[in-house]
Amino acid sequence: MTKRFFFVFLLVAVIIAGFVSFYASASPDGLTKVAEDKGFASQEKDHQFKDSPLGDYGVKGVDNERLSGGLAGVIGVGLTLAVGGGLFWVVRRRSSAG
Amino acid sequence: MRCVHVPNGFFDAPVSIGAGVVAAAGIGLCLKGARRELDDRTAPLAGLTAAFIFAAQMINFPVGAGTSGHLMGGALAAILVGPYTGVLCISVVLLVQTFFADGGVTAYGINVTLMGIVSVAVGYGIFRLLMAVLPKNRSSVTIASFSGALVSVPASALAFVGLFALGGTADLSLGAVATAMISVHVLIGIGEGVITAVTVGSIAAVRPDLVHGVTLTPAAPLQLRNDADLPVDTPAAGGVSA
Repeated sequence: MTKRFFFVFLLVAVIIAGFVSFYASASPDGLTKVAEDKGFASQEKDHQFKDSPLGDYGVKGVDNERLSGGLAGVIGVGLTLAVGGGLFWVVRRRSSAG
Repeated sequence: MRCVHVPNGFFDAPVSIGAGVVAAAGIGLCLKGARRELDDRTAPLAGLTAAFIFAAQMINFPVGAGTSGHLMGGALAAILVGPYTGVLCISVVLLVQTFFADGGVTAYGINVTLMGIVSVAVGYGIFRLLMAVLPKNRSSVTIASFSGALVSVPASALAFVGLFALGGTADLSLGAVATAMISVHVLIGIGEGVITAVTVGSIAAVRPDLVHGVTLTPAAPLQLRNDADLPVDTPAAGGVSA
Protein backbone atom coordinates (compact mmCIF):
# COMPACT_ATOMS: atom_id res chain seq x y z
CA MET A 1 0.00 0.00 0.00
CA THR A 2 2.68 2.45 1.03
CA LYS A 3 4.94 1.13 -1.72
CA ARG A 4 2.28 1.78 -4.31
CA PHE A 5 1.79 5.30 -3.00
CA PHE A 6 5.55 5.95 -3.20
CA PHE A 7 5.62 4.58 -6.74
CA VAL A 8 2.82 6.90 -7.88
CA PHE A 9 4.50 9.90 -6.21
CA LEU A 10 7.76 9.11 -8.05
CA LEU A 11 5.92 8.57 -11.32
CA VAL A 12 4.31 12.02 -11.03
CA ALA A 13 7.75 13.59 -10.45
CA VAL A 14 9.24 11.75 -13.44
CA ILE A 15 6.38 12.83 -15.71
CA ILE A 16 6.69 16.46 -14.60
CA ALA A 17 10.48 16.56 -15.06
CA GLY A 18 10.62 14.38 -18.14
CA PHE A 19 7.63 15.58 -20.09
CA VAL A 20 5.73 18.56 -18.69
CA SER A 21 8.93 20.59 -18.20
CA PHE A 22 9.14 21.06 -21.99
CA TYR A 23 6.10 23.30 -21.78
CA ALA A 24 7.40 25.51 -18.97
CA SER A 25 7.48 29.26 -19.49
CA ALA A 26 10.74 30.45 -21.04
CA SER A 27 10.33 33.99 -19.69
CA PRO A 28 12.93 35.16 -17.17
CA ASP A 29 11.94 34.32 -13.61
CA GLY A 30 11.08 36.93 -11.00
CA LEU A 31 14.61 37.46 -9.74
CA THR A 32 16.17 37.58 -13.22
CA LYS A 33 13.49 40.02 -14.37
CA VAL A 34 14.06 42.36 -11.42
CA ALA A 35 17.82 42.10 -11.96
CA GLU A 36 17.35 43.10 -15.62
CA ASP A 37 14.92 45.92 -14.89
CA LYS A 38 16.95 47.38 -12.04
CA GLY A 39 20.25 46.94 -13.81
CA PHE A 40 22.15 44.42 -11.72
CA ALA A 41 21.81 41.46 -14.06
CA SER A 42 25.25 42.30 -15.47
CA GLN A 43 26.74 41.39 -12.10
CA GLU A 44 25.99 37.75 -12.74
CA LYS A 45 29.10 35.66 -13.25
CA ASP A 46 29.28 32.50 -15.27
CA HIS A 47 28.35 29.34 -13.49
CA GLN A 48 31.26 27.08 -12.56
CA PHE A 49 29.46 24.14 -14.14
CA LYS A 50 28.00 25.87 -17.18
CA ASP A 51 29.81 23.38 -19.40
CA SER A 52 28.84 20.39 -17.27
CA PRO A 53 27.24 17.52 -19.19
CA LEU A 54 23.89 18.55 -17.67
CA GLY A 55 24.34 22.34 -17.85
CA ASP A 56 21.16 24.41 -18.35
CA TYR A 57 18.90 21.38 -17.97
CA GLY A 58 19.97 19.61 -21.12
CA VAL A 59 22.09 16.56 -21.81
CA LYS A 60 25.15 17.50 -23.85
CA GLY A 61 25.27 15.65 -27.13
CA VAL A 62 21.50 15.13 -27.37
CA ASP A 63 20.29 17.57 -30.02
CA ASN A 64 16.55 17.03 -29.80
CA GLU A 65 15.51 19.73 -27.35
CA ARG A 66 12.54 17.81 -25.99
CA LEU A 67 14.57 14.65 -25.47
CA SER A 68 17.59 16.47 -24.05
CA GLY A 69 15.55 18.46 -21.53
CA GLY A 70 13.36 15.53 -20.57
CA LEU A 71 16.34 13.26 -20.07
CA ALA A 72 18.09 15.88 -17.94
CA GLY A 73 14.95 16.22 -15.86
CA VAL A 74 14.63 12.49 -15.25
CA ILE A 75 18.34 12.25 -14.38
CA GLY A 76 17.86 15.13 -11.94
CA VAL A 77 14.90 13.44 -10.27
CA GLY A 78 16.92 10.23 -9.95
CA LEU A 79 19.96 12.05 -8.56
CA THR A 80 17.85 13.98 -6.05
CA LEU A 81 16.09 10.81 -4.93
CA ALA A 82 19.41 9.00 -4.54
CA VAL A 83 21.13 11.80 -2.60
CA GLY A 84 18.09 12.76 -0.54
CA GLY A 85 16.82 9.24 0.05
CA GLY A 86 20.31 8.07 1.03
CA LEU A 87 20.80 10.96 3.43
CA PHE A 88 17.37 10.56 5.05
CA TRP A 89 17.79 6.80 5.37
CA VAL A 90 21.07 7.31 7.23
CA VAL A 91 19.67 10.08 9.45
CA ARG A 92 16.39 8.31 10.36
CA ARG A 93 15.83 6.82 13.80
CA ARG A 94 16.01 3.07 13.69
CA SER A 95 13.01 1.14 14.86
CA SER A 96 13.87 -1.29 17.62
CA ALA A 97 12.65 -4.14 15.45
CA GLY A 98 15.44 -3.24 13.02
CA MET B 1 12.66 25.88 -18.49
CA ARG B 2 15.68 27.54 -16.91
CA CYS B 3 14.78 27.92 -13.29
CA VAL B 4 17.26 30.43 -12.08
CA HIS B 5 18.16 30.83 -8.46
CA VAL B 6 20.61 33.38 -7.09
CA PRO B 7 23.59 33.11 -9.46
CA ASN B 8 27.25 33.76 -8.80
CA GLY B 9 28.27 37.40 -8.57
CA PHE B 10 25.20 39.11 -7.06
CA PHE B 11 26.74 39.34 -3.58
CA ASP B 12 30.16 40.29 -2.26
CA ALA B 13 32.44 37.79 -0.54
CA PRO B 14 31.57 38.63 3.11
CA VAL B 15 27.83 38.15 2.54
CA SER B 16 28.38 34.99 0.49
CA ILE B 17 30.64 33.55 3.17
CA GLY B 18 28.37 34.74 5.99
CA ALA B 19 25.36 33.10 4.35
CA GLY B 20 27.46 29.99 3.86
CA VAL B 21 28.12 29.88 7.61
CA VAL B 22 24.42 30.40 8.37
CA ALA B 23 23.51 27.66 5.90
CA ALA B 24 26.08 25.23 7.34
CA ALA B 25 24.87 25.87 10.89
CA GLY B 26 21.26 25.50 9.76
CA ILE B 27 21.95 22.23 7.97
CA GLY B 28 23.80 20.93 11.03
CA LEU B 29 20.87 21.81 13.28
CA CYS B 30 18.42 20.23 10.84
CA LEU B 31 20.43 17.01 10.63
CA LYS B 32 19.90 16.68 14.38
CA GLY B 33 16.24 17.69 14.28
CA ALA B 34 15.43 15.52 11.26
CA ARG B 35 16.23 12.41 13.27
CA ARG B 36 13.02 12.95 15.20
CA GLU B 37 11.01 13.36 12.02
CA LEU B 38 12.36 10.44 10.03
CA ASP B 39 11.66 6.76 10.46
CA ASP B 40 11.43 3.75 8.17
CA ARG B 41 8.26 5.11 6.55
CA THR B 42 8.95 8.82 6.38
CA ALA B 43 12.60 8.62 5.21
CA PRO B 44 11.62 7.31 1.74
CA LEU B 45 8.80 9.88 1.60
CA ALA B 46 11.34 12.64 2.32
CA GLY B 47 13.59 11.44 -0.52
CA LEU B 48 10.61 11.40 -2.86
CA THR B 49 9.55 14.86 -1.68
CA ALA B 50 12.99 16.22 -2.61
CA ALA B 51 12.76 14.51 -6.03
CA PHE B 52 9.26 15.93 -6.55
CA ILE B 53 10.47 19.45 -5.68
CA PHE B 54 13.35 19.10 -8.15
CA ALA B 55 10.79 18.20 -10.84
CA ALA B 56 8.32 20.93 -9.86
CA GLN B 57 11.05 23.59 -9.90
CA MET B 58 11.57 22.88 -13.61
CA ILE B 59 8.08 24.20 -14.29
CA ASN B 60 8.26 27.94 -14.69
CA PHE B 61 4.75 29.37 -14.82
CA PRO B 62 3.98 32.82 -16.26
CA VAL B 63 3.27 35.66 -13.82
CA GLY B 64 2.35 38.72 -15.82
CA ALA B 65 4.09 40.09 -18.87
CA GLY B 66 7.41 38.50 -19.72
CA THR B 67 8.05 37.12 -16.25
CA SER B 68 7.84 33.64 -14.80
CA GLY B 69 8.23 31.94 -11.46
CA HIS B 70 8.57 28.45 -10.12
CA LEU B 71 7.92 26.56 -6.93
CA MET B 72 10.45 27.01 -4.12
CA GLY B 73 9.03 24.13 -2.13
CA GLY B 74 10.13 25.03 1.41
CA ALA B 75 6.60 25.15 2.81
CA LEU B 76 5.59 22.05 0.86
CA ALA B 77 8.52 20.00 2.14
CA ALA B 78 8.06 21.16 5.73
CA ILE B 79 4.33 20.34 5.76
CA LEU B 80 4.89 16.92 4.19
CA VAL B 81 7.94 15.72 6.10
CA GLY B 82 8.62 18.23 8.89
CA PRO B 83 10.54 21.50 9.06
CA TYR B 84 14.02 20.11 9.80
CA THR B 85 13.77 17.53 7.05
CA GLY B 86 12.20 20.21 4.85
CA VAL B 87 15.30 22.40 5.00
CA LEU B 88 17.41 19.34 4.17
CA CYS B 89 15.16 18.52 1.18
CA ILE B 90 15.68 22.00 -0.27
CA SER B 91 19.43 21.83 0.41
CA VAL B 92 19.65 18.52 -1.47
CA VAL B 93 17.64 19.90 -4.40
CA LEU B 94 19.88 22.98 -4.58
CA LEU B 95 22.98 20.80 -4.44
CA VAL B 96 21.84 18.63 -7.34
CA GLN B 97 20.81 21.74 -9.30
CA THR B 98 24.33 23.15 -9.22
CA PHE B 99 25.26 20.30 -11.59
CA PHE B 100 22.64 21.68 -13.94
CA ALA B 101 24.38 25.08 -13.70
CA ASP B 102 21.39 26.47 -11.78
CA GLY B 103 22.12 28.52 -8.67
CA GLY B 104 25.74 29.63 -8.32
CA VAL B 105 28.18 27.44 -6.39
CA THR B 106 29.42 30.45 -4.44
CA ALA B 107 25.78 31.44 -3.90
CA TYR B 108 24.86 28.02 -2.46
CA GLY B 109 24.81 29.33 1.10
CA ILE B 110 22.62 32.25 0.06
CA ASN B 111 20.18 29.98 -1.76
CA VAL B 112 19.99 27.53 1.17
CA THR B 113 19.41 30.44 3.55
CA LEU B 114 16.71 32.11 1.45
CA MET B 115 14.86 29.14 -0.09
CA GLY B 116 15.57 26.61 2.63
CA ILE B 117 15.73 28.27 6.02
CA VAL B 118 13.66 31.45 5.50
CA SER B 119 10.93 29.86 3.40
CA VAL B 120 10.58 26.85 5.70
CA ALA B 121 10.53 29.01 8.85
CA VAL B 122 7.94 31.43 7.49
CA GLY B 123 5.86 28.94 5.48
CA TYR B 124 5.72 26.27 8.16
CA GLY B 125 5.28 28.84 10.93
CA ILE B 126 2.19 30.29 9.27
CA PHE B 127 0.88 26.79 8.48
CA ARG B 128 1.11 25.75 12.15
CA LEU B 129 -0.36 29.01 13.36
CA LEU B 130 -3.41 28.64 11.11
CA MET B 131 -3.80 24.94 11.94
CA ALA B 132 -3.96 25.92 15.60
CA VAL B 133 -6.81 28.39 15.11
CA LEU B 134 -8.79 26.85 12.24
CA PRO B 135 -11.32 24.05 12.72
CA LYS B 136 -9.80 20.60 12.49
CA ASN B 137 -10.81 19.45 9.05
CA ARG B 138 -9.40 18.84 5.63
CA SER B 139 -10.18 22.24 4.14
CA SER B 140 -8.20 23.85 6.96
CA VAL B 141 -5.16 21.84 5.87
CA THR B 142 -5.60 23.20 2.36
CA ILE B 143 -6.10 26.80 3.52
CA ALA B 144 -3.14 26.67 5.90
CA SER B 145 -0.89 25.09 3.22
CA PHE B 146 -1.89 27.71 0.65
CA SER B 147 -1.35 30.63 3.03
CA GLY B 148 1.98 29.44 4.44
CA ALA B 149 3.35 28.74 0.98
CA LEU B 150 2.10 32.04 -0.43
CA VAL B 151 3.71 34.19 2.26
CA SER B 152 6.97 32.21 2.24
CA VAL B 153 7.85 33.46 -1.25
CA PRO B 154 7.73 37.26 -0.68
CA ALA B 155 9.38 36.58 2.71
CA SER B 156 12.34 34.99 0.91
CA ALA B 157 12.36 37.90 -1.55
CA LEU B 158 12.45 40.32 1.38
CA ALA B 159 15.38 38.40 2.88
CA PHE B 160 17.11 38.66 -0.50
CA VAL B 161 16.72 42.45 -0.36
CA GLY B 162 18.10 42.43 3.18
CA LEU B 163 21.20 40.58 2.02
CA PHE B 164 21.45 42.90 -0.95
CA ALA B 165 21.50 45.85 1.44
CA LEU B 166 24.36 44.21 3.33
CA GLY B 167 26.49 43.17 0.42
CA GLY B 168 24.93 43.49 -3.02
CA THR B 169 27.42 44.07 -5.81
CA ALA B 170 25.42 46.91 -7.36
CA ASP B 171 24.67 50.29 -5.86
CA LEU B 172 20.94 50.66 -6.24
CA SER B 173 17.98 52.23 -4.52
CA LEU B 174 16.97 49.55 -2.05
CA GLY B 175 13.40 50.77 -1.98
CA ALA B 176 13.07 50.21 -5.71
CA VAL B 177 14.63 46.74 -5.54
CA ALA B 178 12.41 45.84 -2.57
CA THR B 179 9.22 47.03 -4.27
CA ALA B 180 10.01 45.18 -7.49
CA MET B 181 11.13 41.99 -5.74
CA ILE B 182 8.15 41.81 -3.40
CA SER B 183 5.48 42.67 -5.96
CA VAL B 184 6.61 40.01 -8.43
CA HIS B 185 7.12 37.44 -5.67
CA VAL B 186 3.63 37.94 -4.27
CA LEU B 187 2.38 36.78 -7.69
CA ILE B 188 4.79 33.85 -7.71
CA GLY B 189 3.63 33.13 -4.16
CA ILE B 190 0.07 32.58 -5.40
CA GLY B 191 1.40 29.86 -7.71
CA GLU B 192 3.44 28.45 -4.83
CA GLY B 193 0.32 28.41 -2.67
CA VAL B 194 -1.78 26.64 -5.30
CA ILE B 195 0.85 23.96 -6.04
CA THR B 196 1.48 23.40 -2.32
CA ALA B 197 -2.21 23.20 -1.42
CA VAL B 198 -2.99 20.82 -4.29
CA THR B 199 -0.03 18.55 -3.49
CA VAL B 200 -0.61 18.47 0.27
CA GLY B 201 -4.36 18.10 -0.27
CA SER B 202 -3.94 15.18 -2.69
CA ILE B 203 -1.56 13.31 -0.42
CA ALA B 204 -3.64 14.05 2.70
CA ALA B 205 -6.69 12.69 0.89
CA VAL B 206 -5.14 9.26 0.32
CA ARG B 207 -2.48 8.94 3.03
CA PRO B 208 -3.09 11.48 5.82
CA ASP B 209 -0.98 9.29 8.10
CA LEU B 210 2.10 10.17 6.03
CA VAL B 211 1.69 13.96 6.16
CA HIS B 212 3.73 15.45 8.99
CA GLY B 213 1.62 18.61 9.24
CA VAL B 214 -1.58 16.56 9.56
CA THR B 215 -0.41 13.94 12.03
CA LEU B 216 0.78 16.69 14.36
CA THR B 217 -2.69 18.13 14.81
CA PRO B 218 -4.13 16.21 17.75
CA ALA B 219 -7.84 16.51 17.01
CA ALA B 220 -7.63 16.02 13.27
CA PRO B 221 -10.16 13.41 12.22
CA LEU B 222 -7.99 12.43 9.27
CA GLN B 223 -5.25 10.63 11.02
CA LEU B 224 -4.67 6.98 11.58
CA ARG B 225 -3.10 6.49 14.90
CA ASN B 226 -3.54 3.90 17.55
CA ASP B 227 -1.40 1.52 19.49
CA ALA B 228 -1.34 -1.01 16.66
CA ASP B 229 0.25 1.53 14.37
CA LEU B 230 3.79 2.81 14.55
CA PRO B 231 4.05 5.94 16.68
CA VAL B 232 3.26 8.82 14.38
CA ASP B 233 5.03 11.34 16.51
CA THR B 234 7.64 11.14 19.19
CA PRO B 235 6.22 12.24 22.52
CA ALA B 236 7.18 15.74 23.58
CA ALA B 237 9.69 15.98 20.75
CA GLY B 238 9.20 19.70 20.58
CA GLY B 239 7.10 19.62 17.44
CA VAL B 240 3.69 19.78 19.05
CA SER B 241 2.22 23.20 19.43
CA ALA B 242 1.91 24.49 22.93
